[in-house]
Amino acid sequence: MDVMLALALQGGQMCGVLLLAPLLLGFTRRLKARLLRRRGPPLLQPYRDLLKLVRKQVVLADNASWLFRGAPYVIFAATWVAAALVPTFAIGLTFSWIGDMIAVIALLGTARFLLALAGMDVGTSFGGIGSSREMLFASLAEPAMIMIVFTVALVAGSTQLSFVASFMHDNVSLRVSLGLAVAALAIVALAENARIPVDNPATHLELTMVHEAMVLEYGGRHLAMIELAAALKLLLYVSLVACIFLPWGLAATGSGAAAYAIGAALYLGKLAAGGFFMVLFETSIAKMRVFRVPQFLAAALMLGLLGTLLLFVSRSF
Amino acid sequence: MQGGIALWGVAVLLASAGVAALIASHRWARHVGYGLCLGACLGLMLASGHYLVLAPAPQSLHLPVGLPWTGAYFRLDPLAAYFLLVVNLGGAGASLFAIGYGRNEPQPARVLPFYPLFLAAMNLVVLADDAFGFLLAWELMSLASWALVVAHHHDPDNLRAGYIYILMASFGTLALLLAFGVLAASSGGYSFAEMRSASPAAPGLILLLALVGAGSKAGLVPLHVWLPLAHPAAPSHVSALMSGVMTKVAVYGFMRMVFDLNGAPAWWWSVLVITLAGISSLLGVLGALMQHDLKRLLAYHTVENIGIIFLGLGLALAFSAHALPAPAALALSAALFHVFNHSLFKSLLFFGSGAVLGATGERDMERLGGLIGRMPLTAFAFLTGAMAISALPPLNGFVSEWLTLQAILISPQLPSWALKLIVPAAGAMLALSAALAAACFVKAFGVTFLGRPRTAAAAAARETDRASLTAMLAAALLCLMAGVLPGPCLDALAPVVEALTGARMPPQSWLTALSLVPVAESRSSYNGLLVFVFVAAGTLLSIAVVYCVGSRAVRRGPAWDCGFPLVSPLSQYSADSFAQPIRRVFGRVVFQAREHVEMPPPGDARPARLTVTLKDLVWDGLYAPLAAGVVIAAERLNHLQFLTIRQYLSLVFVALVGLLLAVSIWT
Amino acid sequence: MDRHAFDVAHMLAGGLVLVSFMLLYQDRMFALLNVFAVHALVLSASIAWQAYIQGAEHLYVPAAIALLLKAVIIPIALRRIVIRLDIHRSIETVVGVGPTLFAGIALVALSMVVMLKATGASIDPLAREDLAFALSVVLLGLLMMVMRRNAVSQIVGFMSMENGLLLAATGAKGMPLVVEISIAFSVLVAFIVIGVFLFRIRERFDTVDVAALDSFRGERR
Repeated sequence: MDVMLALALQGGQMCGVLLLAPLLLGFTRRLKARLLRRRGPPLLQPYRDLLKLVRKQVVLADNASWLFRGAPYVIFAATWVAAALVPTFAIGLTFSWIGDMIAVIALLGTARFLLALAGMDVGTSFGGIGSSREMLFASLAEPAMIMIVFTVALVAGSTQLSFVASFMHDNVSLRVSLGLAVAALAIVALAENARIPVDNPATHLELTMVHEAMVLEYGGRHLAMIELAAALKLLLYVSLVACIFLPWGLAATGSGAAAYAIGAALYLGKLAAGGFFMVLFETSIAKMRVFRVPQFLAAALMLGLLGTLLLFVSRSF
Repeated sequence: MQGGIALWGVAVLLASAGVAALIASHRWARHVGYGLCLGACLGLMLASGHYLVLAPAPQSLHLPVGLPWTGAYFRLDPLAAYFLLVVNLGGAGASLFAIGYGRNEPQPARVLPFYPLFLAAMNLVVLADDAFGFLLAWELMSLASWALVVAHHHDPDNLRAGYIYILMASFGTLALLLAFGVLAASSGGYSFAEMRSASPAAPGLILLLALVGAGSKAGLVPLHVWLPLAHPAAPSHVSALMSGVMTKVAVYGFMRMVFDLNGAPAWWWSVLVITLAGISSLLGVLGALMQHDLKRLLAYHTVENIGIIFLGLGLALAFSAHALPAPAALALSAALFHVFNHSLFKSLLFFGSGAVLGATGERDMERLGGLIGRMPLTAFAFLTGAMAISALPPLNGFVSEWLTLQAILISPQLPSWALKLIVPAAGAMLALSAALAAACFVKAFGVTFLGRPRTAAAAAARETDRASLTAMLAAALLCLMAGVLPGPCLDALAPVVEALTGARMPPQSWLTALSLVPVAESRSSYNGLLVFVFVAAGTLLSIAVVYCVGSRAVRRGPAWDCGFPLVSPLSQYSADSFAQPIRRVFGRVVFQAREHVEMPPPGDARPARLTVTLKDLVWDGLYAPLAAGVVIAAERLNHLQFLTIRQYLSLVFVALVGLLLAVSIWT
Repeated sequence: MDRHAFDVAHMLAGGLVLVSFMLLYQDRMFALLNVFAVHALVLSASIAWQAYIQGAEHLYVPAAIALLLKAVIIPIALRRIVIRLDIHRSIETVVGVGPTLFAGIALVALSMVVMLKATGASIDPLAREDLAFALSVVLLGLLMMVMRRNAVSQIVGFMSMENGLLLAATGAKGMPLVVEISIAFSVLVAFIVIGVFLFRIRERFDTVDVAALDSFRGERR
């Protein structure tokens, strides 16, 4: 019975992130529109978009290969598994131990690798430009992320997210290194999710886009998979920040239904807060030139490195 | 018992070198020659694998060949058995690949006899148990591989590569010779058993010499200059051996000398090794990003991966020096597992580049493209290798890099200040190089296999032969297996690690669902099997759902390039344009990269030209002055050629008196 | 003194280092001045916190001075200077941002090692780490003065350096008030003097790039 319950919770998390991801996207779009004094699309618009895309016919380029057709599904699956590995409303779920923070980042790396390849598959110049820039950003964002993981792991003594969350919950304190890690994580999250100031998720001006340029050739169900993966990635980063730095309300293993309900409610609140701050930041800043982005990301890398270094020198930072 | 089998295997390899030399011109020569090698390698692999699984006591053998008063000693211990396994796994793969690939060889007589010799020499290095045999085998390995590098000697680039290679190889052997000299001075004998029992007089000096000697063979920065020249020059199956296997023999040499024969490590050894390793991993991958020759790109990645391996070794040294055996075991396991993984995926990638070379005659990525539709299986295998080397789960490269990162996360325990500063920096370099490697392999795979063919040769490519495909797909399968089931692999490493550090990682095989737990489950765990299963299940599930709910219709049409019909395939992103942003960000400092645009005035029909200049700072800063110095010194010494007999005699006399004086002062 | 009070002090000192990095990173004039104001703000908060936890009321004075002078008056004055000099465009750095930040990291590491090694284990570890932070701020300010060619950003570097000194002084418990006030005023004087010089330089050379001074001395860069 316990096993069934545990599996049900794990399944609930997996379905939950999948269902919530478009909602978060809709929420941020709506909020951003409101901040710009527009009405904005309805909250559920992303679901409608996805359904519409899934039902549409796929138009493939003449020379599109098996990689182009298969990649969206693998990208989606890898992102989904990564998103499900981050604790949302509870810690210590049945399969939480199959990957730690580094594995989560690397799974996102797998998804990005395939996406960048898919962008190059048809052989248009826009796909190439998108892939090239995406890999440039990733080549700085990923090490920055690893450094953030180092900082957090050295504080908490674990790279396992469930343990990190419970450590942070029990030993709450202000720490310089964690402050550095938060700043770096915010930068990386913006870059990884193709948000302003790094990339513009709403643009269709070809030369300024990165993520959209890569997926320019996609349509129909393939595009739906990729959009869903992007929404999942946004949810993943918000959950990651919430789980490491705001670990309150996460239900522990074996706690009652009330704890899980509180955890879920608080998680929704955290998502909303995360989306709000992201949108607030986005609306108050302009998009950067492409070659300023590496500096922005290098700053994140340096912050992460500084945090790690401080912790190597003394445990009390 | 297994030691004896191993020696017989080496004998078969040596014999097949002779056979191959005799029948090289025959049409079936490559089947016989490479087939013999394949059999011998498989036999050696089984013997060493059997030994590793049983992990009995070391087996020593003494043969009355070699120097008259010592003979030759051979020994099979866990370390040797492990590297024997790596060498022969790579050798078997390369031999299988070569059975098919050999048809592209214009002059088989220049390759066939040396290939088994090369394999035999690498096996002998691993088996040797005395300095004389070790150095002899090491030199044989260098010479045989040199002969293979200059096999296509009509190309002046290959000759230059061979020249630089033989120079660096001699230099490395010299350093090893001196290291063994220092070791033998304190032990009084040339066998490893005597060296092991004696405590060396100058362990620091031995470390430096071993680092130079083995590092120059492995391709550690700044001793790597020959590697990106020589590895691609050889035929592809030999490139695979040199990059995948020979560099591992060099790692073996380093480990044998430093972990086994030398005394207890001092803390500064690890500082040196970790610094060089971090720089190697970063410079290697940045060098690779600047290349558009597929094989040279792969060779630069060897430098990067050797850096990752040496990072693990350096961490193990650091932990050992501070008497922390359990973390040392973790770091060493990570390094050894990466040795295995790199030999797999690097061989696979070189096979893939060989298949492309065989099918199109091109190594330059800028003249390839669109091969995924023409060589789908090769593309699939290459993609697996590319994902493995980019450290992406669920493949094997990720597991060993993950273990290295875990070892770094334990290292704040180290008390030494220099290590506290260098280890996080090296960690950042490792993370940076892993991410850049992914960028580099998106470029390599994307430009070579994806898009539209850029030349007629690429458009006319056909899938490669069965033997080559079997070798590639087997290697790809092994990459996946090692990534999905790392636990048993690491358990097989336990006797090796235990012999060298006195501790081992906790047993992995029987943990829940084969997950990997380096220290404790509360600290970190990774389960490649379940990650793979979940990703695969998620993929299949999403396909099923989409096909049930949504449309299945597909329409093919011309690609949409913002309203323009697709023009020439040259308008695609090329390898250089893909790397341009990275070159602008990293290359400005590391390579002094400068871009110069020559733009003709309006109305002028000349094309605009972009000129990029890159400098190799290691070459310019270290080797060019050295070479210039040698030339100047040679010119100065030239007049010694034209002395009278009396002057020659006086030279001898002065030298003799000088030596006598030195002896009188010294003693 | 509970752990929490130390944590906040630590956090503020670390925040000052972080803002120093932001100064190094920022290469536009107005943004640089804003960041400098934040730098002074964090410093002022840090001093005030020290005054609170040490129970030393006299420390509120330098906190107020820092707040008023460095977070408000000097940035506004510099802003006016920048506008009058018409240099509110990008600063040309001698080396790129990446290497500068990397050098900054190395300096922080260096100051950590020097401070933690030099002061024995007998002293409270948190105070030692605060000292190390202060030294980092000083070194980062110096780095900024070395890396920038624009005279205004050199002033900012100089002042951030001085902020580091003040941080060290307040953390060390028991620096006389007179010294602090005199430091504050000497900085003010230095600021005025440099400001006057700036205009003189501009009048003479039509630029505030200090490289112009080198050519005046007959040196070639």
